[in-house]
Amino acid sequence: MSSEINVMESIYSENEKIADELKEELENKNVFSINVLGAPGIGKTSTLIQLIPKIPYKSFVIEGDIASDLDTQKLNALGIQTVQINTGGACHLDSPFIRDAAENLNVQDGIMWIENIGNLVCPAEFFIGEHIKMLIVGVTEGSDKPYKYPLAFEKADVILLNKCDLLPYVDFDEDFFMAGVRKLTNAPVIHISSKSGDGIDEAVNWILSVKK
Amino acid sequence: MHEYPLTQKIIKIAEKYALEHKADHVSKINLVIGNDSGVLADSILLYFEIIAENTICENAEIVIERVKPLLKCKKCGQYFERKPFSFSCTFKDCGGDGEPTEIGREFYVKSIEIE
Ligand SMILES: Nc1nc2c(ncn2[C@@H]2O[C@H](COP(=O)(O)OP(=O)(O)O)[C@@H](O)[C@H]2O)c(=O)[nH]1
Ligand SMILES: [Mg+2]
Ligand SMILES: [Zn+2]
Repeated sequence: MSSEINVMESIYSENEKIADELKEELENKNVFSINVLGAPGIGKTSTLIQLIPKIPYKSFVIEGDIASDLDTQKLNALGIQTVQINTGGACHLDSPFIRDAAENLNVQDGIMWIENIGNLVCPAEFFIGEHIKMLIVGVTEGSDKPYKYPLAFEKADVILLNKCDLLPYVDFDEDFFMAGVRKLTNAPVIHISSKSGDGIDEAVNWILSVKK
Repeated sequence: MHEYPLTQKIIKIAEKYALEHKADHVSKINLVIGNDSGVLADSILLYFEIIAENTICENAEIVIERVKPLLKCKKCGQYFERKPFSFSCTFKDCGGDGEPTEIGREFYVKSIEIE
């Protein structure tokens, strides 16, 4: 004999529950958490290296990569307290990973930056206890990204348009880009170059203005 | 891309409800997957067979209900399907801007059948 049972349970519910608890824990420790999203090679690590020295709080970094700890070595060498998560193939970080890493780092009074796996799709779907999502895109990727990857833009609290030093060399249609972005979100779009450092002060000021 | 761990979660959810109801076996799992959820239904089916082996869900039938994404027009309030490279409302000749909604992003276990 078979019978049907109503479930109506989101498959993300366990992740969300842990993320909610983690966010509360972070707030109790006076830690503000920033989930950094963007495609591979767009400049997530380079941007963190520019931003962190200008932030008047202690920074903690969680580096997510499918494999290797190259970025972690780079940041630790600069004196930035960093731990590595290797997902071993998984395309996004989820909250149990972050909870363990935050414990590992002993976070307290500061900013916890999470460099998510380089991927414009999956990381946008997972809340990992962060206060804000910072999306990094670049002028080298083409101006159609808001149309092709709407979720990442829609969920972003701030969008950093990186590699602006390369604008003279690439065909980046900024009007088309901004029209797409504005259909999805009112989040600020800040032009930066993590090579020259242009725009980094503006990004720092924005972060400090929203930090609780 | 992340269907393997998601399939594990589906099985965990089904197991939890089956055990609560003292079932011997789960014969069917009814899922709802929106077309904009980013989840590949075919991969779920593929992984399910492998992961469900030797669990209470072994050989269960997976039934997937798909949901088409809809935008909501900011001007006239209509829900409509998005055309590629456009967010414009397709209702009559409105042409207003559509904004994303949660419709089409569903990903949940609706019900299970147990024995
Ligand atoms: N020209 C230019 N190159 C950049 C900029 N930001 C990053 N890069 C380069 O892009 C490559 C990838 O950067 P990285 O920070 O490792 O990207 P991630 O994979 O997103 O962490 C490196 O060679 C950087 O030097 C920028 O603003 N301008
Ligand atoms: Mg990196
Ligand atoms: Zn309309």
